Amino acid sequence: MDNSTYTIRGLSFDYEDTRVLHDLDLTFAPGKLHAIVGPNGSGKSTLLDLMSGHRMPAQGTIELDTTPIADHDPTELARLTALVPQEFDFNFPFTVREAVLMGRHPHIPRFSRPSSHDLAKVDMALKKTDTAHLADRALAELSGGEKQRTVFARALAQDTPTLLLDEPTSSMDIRHALAAMTELKRLAHDENRTIITVLHDLNLAAGFCDRIVMLNQGRIKAQGDPGETFTTEIIRDVFGVHANVIHSENRLHISYGIKELP
Amino acid sequence: MTVFSRTPTTRSGLMIALLAIVLSVLVITATGMGFIPIAPGEVLGALWDGLRGTADSLNPLYQSVILEVRLPRILTAVSVGFGLAVAGTVFQGLLLNPLADPFTLGVSSGAAFGAALALLLGLTFFGSTTLCIMAFMGAAATLFAVIAMSGRDGELSPVNLILSGVIVSAILSAGLSFIKYLADERVSVIVFWLMGSFVSRTWNDVLLTAGTGLLGFAICVYFARDLNIMSLGSRSAKSLGVNTGRTRMTLLLTASLISAVCVSVSGIIGFVGLIIPHLMRFVVGPDNRWLLPASGLGGAILLLTADTLTRAILPHEVPIGVLTALIGGPVFCWIFSRNRSGRRHG
Repeated sequence: MDNSTYTIRGLSFDYEDTRVLHDLDLTFAPGKLHAIVGPNGSGKSTLLDLMSGHRMPAQGTIELDTTPIADHDPTELARLTALVPQEFDFNFPFTVREAVLMGRHPHIPRFSRPSSHDLAKVDMALKKTDTAHLADRALAELSGGEKQRTVFARALAQDTPTLLLDEPTSSMDIRHALAAMTELKRLAHDENRTIITVLHDLNLAAGFCDRIVMLNQGRIKAQGDPGETFTTEIIRDVFGVHANVIHSENRLHISYGIKELP
Repeated sequence: MTVFSRTPTTRSGLMIALLAIVLSVLVITATGMGFIPIAPGEVLGALWDGLRGTADSLNPLYQSVILEVRLPRILTAVSVGFGLAVAGTVFQGLLLNPLADPFTLGVSSGAAFGAALALLLGLTFFGSTTLCIMAFMGAAATLFAVIAMSGRDGELSPVNLILSGVIVSAILSAGLSFIKYLADERVSVIVFWLMGSFVSRTWNDVLLTAGTGLLGFAICVYFARDLNIMSLGSRSAKSLGVNTGRTRMTLLLTASLISAVCVSVSGIIGFVGLIIPHLMRFVVGPDNRWLLPASGLGGAILLLTADTLTRAILPHEVPIGVLTALIGGPVFCWIFSRNRSGRRHG
């Protein structure tokens, strides 16, 4: 998985006339679990949209495997990078297994049946996300967290060297959220993939991620390991809350004060 | 593993084969029915003669009734039913809306407006096909107006498409009312055309509808898997390598072309494109690779049944659109309620 470095240079993006990302320079290297954090409207999801090729930059370049995103053939790009979006529209009664099998779409030629390799990947993804017992249920019958695990399973089945996730655990219960984060960490560390996830829960980011990129109003406020980025000062500047950052047993824990800031 | 991958596929394949057999039997039975009853064996004989281009083995009256009157009408009904149901399936998949049908985007209003205009002005510049051509042009112009209204950087969002379709349809409906108002004594011709009919169709109609239907079907089946993926939403579909803009435009044009040709040949026949895809989704599931052929065959069966009823069984010809709703509706209700209660317990 050496071909999975994201390189972003001078990236800007506008919605209509409002600039939402300002001149970002970032590199996401393989073997690490990267978190993108920041307040609502700081540009996190837009950055993922640009990195997945859903939107085109106004200025600057995004390269994956040293080729600009826009120059990749769509199918080839889908073999290099998978996306777990926040949307999970299920308009027709596909089963969980069929939806996860859709993750193999870029790997299966147009008129071919899924190979045993494809089906094995689907089984593995179902197992990893604890959705195997739901495999033959229709998506519409699932709870929000179960749907989110299905979308996560689809991305795992896609089996790409890079993985982009937008709030992948937002609807999951704590057990499944921790399992998902553990799997992401394993994919980065043991299989040398590039995993980039947007997270709101700073403790989840601090507990699992190797590197934090903190955005504020479309600019990079801080980046580095959790200890460097999660300080009382930076959290106050960016989120406008008081935070106690506690270091214990090599772990970092953040607790928030309810008291109002001036 | 293999149990999963094979079972539903085999079942869907069998269902489609069954539908094809039902349709073939129905075509032969319907050909024998009518003012002059003809036995199925003689129908097959006439078909065989027709295929060989000779006419020696049969009563020449039967020959001409079958080959010149009944078959063109029956095969037009089959092709239009096939086309409308395939188009309905594609529209529902594209617009992510199970309530969509071939006429959601105003194709029918455009066709009706074009045909009504031709009838009002007594246009005959292309002879007897003028009406068809005007209906087709109306449908095509409407479609391009809708696409132009909803298109932004090649990405046609379902919501924008439906909204533009509703707006354009409303304007055209008002225009149609105005034409009816101007038409005075010719208004009944317009109203009758709008109800749809297969009376006195020719082999040209068969060729046109069957040709468009099969070509369109081939294009839709080519993109069937992409259409499945697009039901996940455009972000997900793009991340799985589907070129959503191009696929949506291709399928939209294809399905609209099929609808426009059907409308121009047989008038506006609602309901087929709406309920057949639903019904078939219960039978073969939501996978468009199976749903498209199943819907096409189902639509053909429904329209042929309705047309045979009105032609050969009922004492008077009833407008075909009315009959399709009367036959299809109760069947749909039955399957819908059965399926829902079944799924709750499952």
